[in-house]
Amino acid sequence: MNHRSVPFWKSFKESHRTIHCISQGPISIDLQKLSIAYSRNTIISGLSCHFEAPALWAIAGPNGAGKSTFLKTLLGLQKSNTGKIIFRGFCPCDVAYLAQQNQLDRRFPLTVGDTIAMGLFREVGIFRRYTKEQREKMQVALEQVGLSSFAKTSLQTLSGGQFQRVLFARLILQNAPVIFLDEPFTGVDGRTIEDLMNLLHLWVKEGRLVIAVLHDLDLVQDHFSQTLLLARHFYKWGLTDHVLSKENMREAVTASRLWEETAGSA
Amino acid sequence: MIDFFVSPFTDYVFLRRALMACIALALGCGPVGVLLVLRRMSLMGDALAHAILPGAAIGFLFGGLSLPAMGLGGFVVGFLVALLAGAISRFTILNEDASFAGFYLISLALGVLIVSTQGNQVDLMHILFGTVLAVDSISLLMVTSITSFSLFILALIYRPLLIECFDPGFLRVIGGWGSLYHFIFLILVALNLIAAFQALGTLMALGIMMLPAVSSRLWAQHVWSLFILSSLFAIMSGYFGLLLSYHLEWPSGPSIILIAGLIYGISLLFAPFGAIKQQQGMA
Repeated sequence: MNHRSVPFWKSFKESHRTIHCISQGPISIDLQKLSIAYSRNTIISGLSCHFEAPALWAIAGPNGAGKSTFLKTLLGLQKSNTGKIIFRGFCPCDVAYLAQQNQLDRRFPLTVGDTIAMGLFREVGIFRRYTKEQREKMQVALEQVGLSSFAKTSLQTLSGGQFQRVLFARLILQNAPVIFLDEPFTGVDGRTIEDLMNLLHLWVKEGRLVIAVLHDLDLVQDHFSQTLLLARHFYKWGLTDHVLSKENMREAVTASRLWEETAGSA
Repeated sequence: MIDFFVSPFTDYVFLRRALMACIALALGCGPVGVLLVLRRMSLMGDALAHAILPGAAIGFLFGGLSLPAMGLGGFVVGFLVALLAGAISRFTILNEDASFAGFYLISLALGVLIVSTQGNQVDLMHILFGTVLAVDSISLLMVTSITSFSLFILALIYRPLLIECFDPGFLRVIGGWGSLYHFIFLILVALNLIAAFQALGTLMALGIMMLPAVSSRLWAQHVWSLFILSSLFAIMSGYFGLLLSYHLEWPSGPSIILIAGLIYGISLLFAPFGAIKQQQGMA
């Protein structure tokens, strides 16, 4: 089979060699023969593809196909992997990342304003006050997500959709050239999905590279021009219409099932 | 009235000292406890509090019942245990809560063993349940120093620490040294537990940190107001607890914690985010 186990001491050594940064050139990500291991099982192997800004990429695939792990690997949060990840025109800390929503405590005692201000953390640092200009930026970000009068509202009173809008306002303030989203529309109402989708299109128009993990294939087909279909060692990437063909989908499901059946024996 | 509420403290130096120690303790433990609750690290605090015991016991062997000696020992060992438990959850399949629970039981057993073989039952009772009425000037100085230091450091790292509490992944991705702030915060928790240890003993030190903090969460919805309320509740617990222990001749540590518990009970029922109001909101 295609997977092999990576001992943990080896994975630490390898993690430093995976991500490479080249400061010149147009913003893009190059993956060369990337393999990712999790709990000593290889879950993605030999993945090579290329993302270039401006573009809107979806990452689709069956459940448990390693989509989230894939994003985390690009962020350097998932250490055991081999191959090469080459960032061109930006460094890892220029990436804005939205994790799956259920990882946050929605009752945390913060206001909407406090939360989105985190997006400016790299700009203001630990001690400085927010300047007038930055306060205006925050207001603009709130208007963009349709929450202009919510700055002083507590997080715990927000609905799921509103909470997600707040996190998107924080992404706006981060002003990053590359944006990763992990299941950004799970548990979010239709109206909010529509508004936030418009925001994604706007980001691409501004020249950014946006990569989103999604399980809703209709949404992918409607809005995302390009897709990476991921199912363990099987993958396809390119224009969405080609990638999401019936044939490919069937193969993805088979690959993912096959992996599950053999994973226990590894 | 004055006889009941004020005179005990004007008449007796030891009660006055105890009250001062409680107030100082409350000012430090209030904010630290709130952050501990927000980070969902209550159990970790519990483990840390118990892990102080063997260290304090070793300090007791060398310095007798003196807070600086026991405090230093407690801090070193408590902190080592916290690091070790963190490392174990990282490198094995055990969750953090499981590895902490394991460590704090071992610590407790070890501490009780050391004190009871080397000292006597009274010493053991003092270490387990505290002696707030025996606070001397050196201990008072130590408690107030820890409080000042904690508040200063909290003010210094407030912004990133809060981000780390709310969304640790976020801070990590933007390259914000998340684990550094986590580490500093752990030191603050250990320090404040040491301060509370003299007054309340290892078994209840965490009470003055946690109970006011969880009570305040039921009243307010901003971090700063939680800090203030939590400290206020802790001061009230200290004051009324001492009063109760003086008039009814109850042991002081449990009295303080019981008052804190009473405040918690009242908050659970009547606070804006307590049971009754929330039920009304739903109806």
